[in-house]
Amino acid sequence: MARRAQPLGAVVPAGVAAGALVLALCLGTLAAVAWRAEAGGGLGAADWAAIRFTLFQAALSAGLSCALAIPVARALARRQFAGRGLLITLLGAPFILPVIVGVVGLLALFGRNGMVSAALAPLGLGPVDIYGLHGVLLAHVFFNLPLATRLILQGWLAIPAERFRLAAALGFGPGDVVRRLEVPMLREVLPGAFLVTFLICVTSFAVVLTLGGGPRATTVELAIYHAFRFEFDLGRAALLSLIQFGMCAAAALMALAVTVPGGFGAGLDRPLKRWDADHLGLRMQDAAWLGLAGLFLLVPLALIVLRGLAGLAEMPAAVYAAALRSLVVALVSAAVTVGLALPLALAANRLGGLRGTALQGAGMLAIAASPLVMGTGLFLLLFPVVDPVALALPVTAVVNAAMSLPFALRALGPVLAETERSHGRLADSLGLHGYTRLRLVTLPRLRRPLGFVLGLSAALSMGDLGVIALFADPAQATLPLQLYGLMGAYRMEAAAGAALLLLALSLGLFWIFDRGGRANAAV
Amino acid sequence: MLRFDGVEIRQGSFCLRADFEVAPGRILALLGASGAGKSTLIDAVAGFVTPRSGRITWQGQDITLRPPADRPVSILFQDNNLFPHLSVAQNVGLGLRPDLRLSSAQHDAVAGALARVGLAGFGGRMPGQLSGGQRSRVALARTLLRGRPVMLLDEPFAALGPALKSEMLDLVAALAKDAGATVLMVTHDPEDARAIASETALVADGRVHPPHPTGALLADPPEALRRYLG
Repeated sequence: MARRAQPLGAVVPAGVAAGALVLALCLGTLAAVAWRAEAGGGLGAADWAAIRFTLFQAALSAGLSCALAIPVARALARRQFAGRGLLITLLGAPFILPVIVGVVGLLALFGRNGMVSAALAPLGLGPVDIYGLHGVLLAHVFFNLPLATRLILQGWLAIPAERFRLAAALGFGPGDVVRRLEVPMLREVLPGAFLVTFLICVTSFAVVLTLGGGPRATTVELAIYHAFRFEFDLGRAALLSLIQFGMCAAAALMALAVTVPGGFGAGLDRPLKRWDADHLGLRMQDAAWLGLAGLFLLVPLALIVLRGLAGLAEMPAAVYAAALRSLVVALVSAAVTVGLALPLALAANRLGGLRGTALQGAGMLAIAASPLVMGTGLFLLLFPVVDPVALALPVTAVVNAAMSLPFALRALGPVLAETERSHGRLADSLGLHGYTRLRLVTLPRLRRPLGFVLGLSAALSMGDLGVIALFADPAQATLPLQLYGLMGAYRMEAAAGAALLLLALSLGLFWIFDRGGRANAAV
Repeated sequence: MLRFDGVEIRQGSFCLRADFEVAPGRILALLGASGAGKSTLIDAVAGFVTPRSGRITWQGQDITLRPPADRPVSILFQDNNLFPHLSVAQNVGLGLRPDLRLSSAQHDAVAGALARVGLAGFGGRMPGQLSGGQRSRVALARTLLRGRPVMLLDEPFAALGPALKSEMLDLVAALAKDAGATVLMVTHDPEDARAIASETALVADGRVHPPHPTGALLADPPEALRRYLG
């Protein structure tokens, strides 16, 4: 089709400005860091250990998550039971579950005073020690098993139902179905799922901060934090930041190359009729996998609620002040996310072609960026001008927004393209341009994804324990940082209460915005 | 007069030539197989496709390169003729002002147009609550308010049953007659042409054949048309 004979309007400059801002946040901070790094020395033995541990734990975490996700996804794909839809929805929850809250739940189950230790004590065993590599792995599997399951389930459901019908007609046994249908599908889906979870585990900070640590379980991200916060060795922090960015960029590029499946797509609750899996043995096997995975994911969440309710009364007043600060940061961050994502998506869609893809790519760059690197860079840039501590909360909101941006663009982009495809020509022929078109056509059509993006970015920011840990003093703590402080002081009842409050606020923010996007939305 | 003056449209290896004219107030059917280029020609008139060479003129004015909204045409697409999130009255009102800031006289005009297409009192409904035929009527009401002298129909009634389709074609003919509008309609069914088109042009073999009076053409089809009719 010929190019539209209409002016580009203000959309493209606004989008390019948003893209430039994101580039500055991702690469500008990196440049600031790199410039500083020259002053520092080389890498010490501890730094090499951190690099090795980062890659080792990420590979192991991703491998375990994906390996366990295969039988769970298979059971979900081929079984129908009451609550199946609910279980699949719950698998999406860890994505917006604040990491520190999940850790509190895991400690309640596997910690020194947790349920497992209590059960083992009469046998003369235990208590279980959750700190170290195995604790980090446990938490990473807790957070990434659901995501990997959703990604792999997507692959299962992408196999046309007709294939299974044909397989049944040809008399395929379970082994034949595995060989002819499932293994080829897994070969396509697994690399993407592995790389996504690997990337998440490489950048994971809060899990390692709480469950790792010590010379044998320190990641690069954690080493940056230590160099910055405790040793105030900016040169070393900068050097480690560069290494962290390099690892993330390499993993992200590999993930792009193998085309990652989208894990948040609709239609995941569509069950499949499977004739080949109708054996008692297979049914029991599937039930066992679903039961174990369900327990592993749900018991920690249930413990957060139970212990949290008891702990609510124990919370110091500082928790409420921190909760209020976190709410404001979350709302600002959500607004900034949409303020960046909307012009970026509109401009990329309008430009189309290579230039549109390039703009979109600039927005997605934050996938490879680490929040701590961004925070370190911003500190180095702001340090000579203002007191960075005074800017701790605004910087947190902006960095959180940048981290949410890739998800926002993925949610908005396809709906925007579909709107243009279905209604663009009608709008053109009626003379709907510029702001009028935005108001009457584009925004109403984008309502659902916009609600989702606002909810997601608010929830992610609410629960984030990352860049805030670099800057804030106790007077400016957000709720996750306050919670971390309570855990560090072994005030476990108060911590449980704060965890429940944080959980309720994060899920509540997501629910309110996402609902708002759906309510009364005419299709 | 709508004139195609040595128009040549290219899309990849596909090529369509058009060199003919339609007198004001006539209804011309563009008849041909799918993929022959009927919709492409309509798109060129509406401004969604730019010809590689030649000119399209209306009353002597060159409109070949004008933006879609500035052309003397209203178009009905095969589908998506209404915005699903806007009410019936809002969809019709877009024909008067794209920003929908309507005066009370304009609101009355919207109600009048809806009454004219047999949908009096439907203004508050959403498109999703209407049947396919009713949705087509809403789009026609908007066309009425836009008051453009050329109406382009890209098979908007293809999804309707035979009785409903002929009802809609009759409505189009009546509205066009009232307004004195020129109509170009795409169809693959000679019965549609016979129903309302005074002239018919065959689109085949990469060109638009010259229009002829529909009755005579269908009674004694030339070779190319005979091949299409089978």
